[in-house]
Amino acid sequence: MRERFEHLRAWQRRLYEGGWAGVAWPKEYGGRGASLMEQVIFLEEMARAQAPPIANTLGVGLIGPTIIHFGTEEQKRRFLPKILSAEEIWCQGFSEPNAGSDVAGLRSTARLDGDHFVIDGQKVWNSYGWVADWCALVVRTDPSAPKHKGLTYILVDMKSPGIEVRPIRQMSGESEFAELFFNNVRTPAANVLGKVNQGWEVALGTLMHERATLGASITIVYRRSFDRLVELTRQIRKNGRPLSEDAVVRQKLAQAYTELEVFRLNQMRSISRLSGAGIPGPEGSILKIFWSEYNQRFQQTAQEILGPYGMLEEGSPHAVDGGEWAYGFLRTRGNTIEAGTSEIQRNIIGHFVLGLPKSY
Amino acid sequence: MRFELNETQLLLQKSAREFLANECPMAEVRRLMETETAHDAGLWKKMADQGWTGMICDEEDGGMGLGMVEMAAVFEQMGRALLPGPFLSSVALAGPLVAAAGSEAKRRYLTPMIEGKACATAALIEDSAEWDPAGWRTRAEADGNGYKLHGRKMFVTDACASSFVVVAARLSGEMALFAVSKDSAGSGICRLKGMDRTRPVYEMKFEGTPAELLMKGAAAENALSHALAVATVALAAEMTGGMSKVLELTVAYAKTRKQFDQVIGKFQAVQHMCADMFLWTESSRSAVYYAAYALDKRLPEAATAVSVAKVYAGEAYREVGNRGIQVHGGMGFTWENDVHLYYRRAKASENAFGETGDHRERIARQVVG
Repeated sequence: MRERFEHLRAWQRRLYEGGWAGVAWPKEYGGRGASLMEQVIFLEEMARAQAPPIANTLGVGLIGPTIIHFGTEEQKRRFLPKILSAEEIWCQGFSEPNAGSDVAGLRSTARLDGDHFVIDGQKVWNSYGWVADWCALVVRTDPSAPKHKGLTYILVDMKSPGIEVRPIRQMSGESEFAELFFNNVRTPAANVLGKVNQGWEVALGTLMHERATLGASITIVYRRSFDRLVELTRQIRKNGRPLSEDAVVRQKLAQAYTELEVFRLNQMRSISRLSGAGIPGPEGSILKIFWSEYNQRFQQTAQEILGPYGMLEEGSPHAVDGGEWAYGFLRTRGNTIEAGTSEIQRNIIGHFVLGLPKSY
Repeated sequence: MRFELNETQLLLQKSAREFLANECPMAEVRRLMETETAHDAGLWKKMADQGWTGMICDEEDGGMGLGMVEMAAVFEQMGRALLPGPFLSSVALAGPLVAAAGSEAKRRYLTPMIEGKACATAALIEDSAEWDPAGWRTRAEADGNGYKLHGRKMFVTDACASSFVVVAARLSGEMALFAVSKDSAGSGICRLKGMDRTRPVYEMKFEGTPAELLMKGAAAENALSHALAVATVALAAEMTGGMSKVLELTVAYAKTRKQFDQVIGKFQAVQHMCADMFLWTESSRSAVYYAAYALDKRLPEAATAVSVAKVYAGEAYREVGNRGIQVHGGMGFTWENDVHLYYRRAKASENAFGETGDHRERIARQVVG
């Protein structure tokens, strides 16, 4: 896992040096200064070339754009170039054991002590927690305020004394996520992003970016999987002919292609809108529902096509693509939970888009 | 335009929406769907006055010369209004077929269509209901200066409302397109009782029926494949408009209908059905406008984009209808509620111009090989 990660980090470094890591990011922070649509076109070309994904997914996809939007000039200069070059890998600390879908109910605290905040609490489900240099953390700074009003968004150096990282083993077998424990962690108050006690607005910005733009890089990965599955159907023979000639298999592949293509087009529309407004709207929720549920249907399709070979895990004799399909199938169960469950996304659409009364 | 409508396109869409709200409200849809042809000559004239009957025809032929995206924007509004009658059959199917004919045939057939004096349809599929022309058996034979047709066409939309019908038939083994006047076809037309009463379907028998040759061979094949792509985009746009309306009706109902002393839209079970309807509708819209754009620019992936839109919208419209009826509860199951009229249209549309499995196979030919 570490070795593969270092490989991806080196790849991102190459992209950065060529000016390709942040196509739509401002030039002064290491980007190319192009439009969001041009960034998407670049990602599509990456997909076509079967390029690997980048290492600093959260930094480039979520936290960087949030810093660009809310950060001070000093913060932008300090953090953005190293996000793009993958010199500093980022994780985010939003969820807690008792604050999942109700993330604004989080309880980790930070109290001001001179020009530092002192942070205590526990975060969970942190992707890249095991490898991160920095964490975008949301903490409670005013316990007496209503829950959305007393939060602060702060950038924390993961090498600070008092932080403990524990891996969580997932149902898919690996430990992509971690738990983070903060015990008297001192962080400069200058690292607050936005204003103290206005962290919810900043966090919402990140969450909306997560829902709206993560899709662009996801399209790359999904298109590669789709193409690989098509290739496999040409190699696997049943009833004396390749599966790619089987009418039922063809229907399933065409259905998956249709959904993936519609996802890509939804993504493009969302980017068009984002280019105008600057910050994504709540309709980004349909992208989150779409990619997560698509991926579950697609991995099921792959299992139906591969049959019993599809369930063989990494290290097994006869495993297809090193067990990637068995892993992929299990991993997709997390898709409709991470980055806001499908239920929360549907609540957002119901309330914020369709104007139905809040249900909770 | 690629992913969103521009100012001009939005303006066109808005004016179509207002026109249809005034000229074709639901009461009028219900009146027309109980008539023999679901066609109203007065309404047709008003649409012709808007220039719509020639919307995608070249300006040199007297049309508006609009592109596919503009066409989709208008058809979306027509689907939203559930406009009854032969507009799609005539403008998006028969029109592009006739427009591919020679100048003399265009003068005789296309000009009156553009002027709103004639409307038309196309008789293509047969007993097997296959959309691949290779499966069509109707044949033509020379008869003096003209031709005679023999065979049977199925699921011809709006045949009775049309002044003439474009018929696909084999002429000495080649695919050819003929114009048959309604007077000649008359006695062979038999109405089928389709679910969608706003768009009647017919069986047409040809037993030595006199016909005029429009084109044959590669010209006929190209015209057919182009016209079917145009009609499919128009249909998918209509479907998206229908979904929008069902979503709107359903959300409005969920905001007012009370049970357990609160509006049912407060319940997550109901909200989530509405959210799904929104997802299906917006996703169809993305697919449809890209297909229109790809067809307009004649991109290499245009045919696949059209099939993607058809497959997606077919399932989406049905699912939006399913949820729309469910959220309306007992009211949703009544004749008086409008949702079932859209649901009927959804089913008919799913079958039109190639059902979902057919279009999936077309996609597979491109992406699987």
